[in-house]
Amino acid sequence: MTPTGLVALVVLGATAPVVPGIVVKTKSLLTGRRGAPVLQLYYDLWKLFRKGSVYSRTTTWVFRAGPVIVLASLIVATLFLPLDGRAAPARFAGDVVAFAGLLALGRFALVLAGLDTGSSFEGMGASREVMIATFAEPTLFLCFIALVLATGDLSLSGMLGTPLAAAWPRAGASLSLVGISLFVLLLAENCRVPVDDPATHLELTMIHEVIVLDHGGPDLALILYGSSLKLALFGVLVVSVLVPRAGLPGPAAVAVLFAGVGVVAIAVGIVESVMARLRLTRVPQLLVGAAALALFGIILQVQ
Amino acid sequence: MHSTAQLILLLVVLSDLAILGTTRLSSCIRGLAAQGLLLGLLPLLIASRLSVHAVGLAVGTVIVKAVVLPWFLAWAIREAAVRREVEPIVGFIASQLLGALAVALAFAIASRLPLPTVQQPLLVPVSLATLMIGFIVLTTRRKALTQVVGYLILENGIYLFGLTQTERVPFLIELGVLLDVFVGVFIMGIVVFHINREFDSLDATRLTELTD
Repeated sequence: MTPTGLVALVVLGATAPVVPGIVVKTKSLLTGRRGAPVLQLYYDLWKLFRKGSVYSRTTTWVFRAGPVIVLASLIVATLFLPLDGRAAPARFAGDVVAFAGLLALGRFALVLAGLDTGSSFEGMGASREVMIATFAEPTLFLCFIALVLATGDLSLSGMLGTPLAAAWPRAGASLSLVGISLFVLLLAENCRVPVDDPATHLELTMIHEVIVLDHGGPDLALILYGSSLKLALFGVLVVSVLVPRAGLPGPAAVAVLFAGVGVVAIAVGIVESVMARLRLTRVPQLLVGAAALALFGIILQVQ
Repeated sequence: MHSTAQLILLLVVLSDLAILGTTRLSSCIRGLAAQGLLLGLLPLLIASRLSVHAVGLAVGTVIVKAVVLPWFLAWAIREAAVRREVEPIVGFIASQLLGALAVALAFAIASRLPLPTVQQPLLVPVSLATLMIGFIVLTTRRKALTQVVGYLILENGIYLFGLTQTERVPFLIELGVLLDVFVGVFIMGIVVFHINREFDSLDATRLTELTD
């Protein structure tokens, strides 16, 4: 663990709320509006943290534990990412499974908290969230398998670190397919436009927003911060795969990473402005398409 | 040159999968046109030196596969006033998985084929994959027009396989094949048009009801 890596981790944690800000700003500018400030989420978080909590009498401890588990699992998952392009703070052979498991744990806690309110809307959102996860998780694992085959390393530090840079000249085509597949996953996992519309506030059309309807105050702040961290985390994954940074000196690698995450956020904004939300029945098809891309990446390597 | 050709071959497979996944007839045809354009670029990139042969093949392919045939299919849709949706017998998700399976199978078979070494190792597996996906489109789509699309993808696969032998196959034969395909699709288009006028539908399964 280098000092650069530690600084990068802190900066990532502090600047995560900027990422959705960039998405919203891009979307606004492309559709001819001025849009909210890029730092809007910070204001929202500040406002929410000063509020008190209100809990419905039908909820139990599951509802209160939800936001904390969501954020904690995401923070721990971030520790597995090699932000400086070399080694992550936490790493062991097979930590990819732990990484995917932590993401799943966060989602599980959120879904349980939604179901715990007893509201039919939230139950509906929870079931949709889980349906999307059913298709997203195998795709994530296919991407990881392709990366393992390319680098021969079972830890995220290796898969996204030095061995990845060595694998690029050999398996560039396959790795770009994995990158595209991960980008589609980013859209699905973070409930961005072709899968879900974060701007809508009609309970029948939303997925992620509807689960958190009953959360308020600091709980909602934790969830909002968690989802911005998740977006940043997937951005880091996409950039790490597409831009191998092991050859660069540490600080330059971190700078390239953050610039890359910014570009990914702009790309998400562009996708959101040119596409409409897909019908819910078409969403699995999109994710199966992403899985087919990752599978093709695997085939290219084992041929 | 080598890596560009490789990239184009990958894009050909992606266009195959995209055609399998689209729900609209018009985007299906657009995918086919894009694939035709990619196939047209290939002879230029694969040939060891730029010959009249390669350029002629490229120009002919682009004109026939990327311009004339897609335009003709789009015309057929417009004239026959077909419903715009692809009507698959096998669902979209299942057919996409079938497509992925076909790609895997193609790569597995290609690595075991006793072929003389070609300069472009991806050419044979991609041609086999395109062949199989063409076959999937041909058999699992209900409309006569999508069956024409499947036939064209199948033919694209054969064309790709032929590219491994560009140095040896005479120019005239290849042009003859292109012409054959063109005439074939032309006739199919007219037949499709007449089927539609006769039965008010392009559902190929209803052709089984025909009697003397």
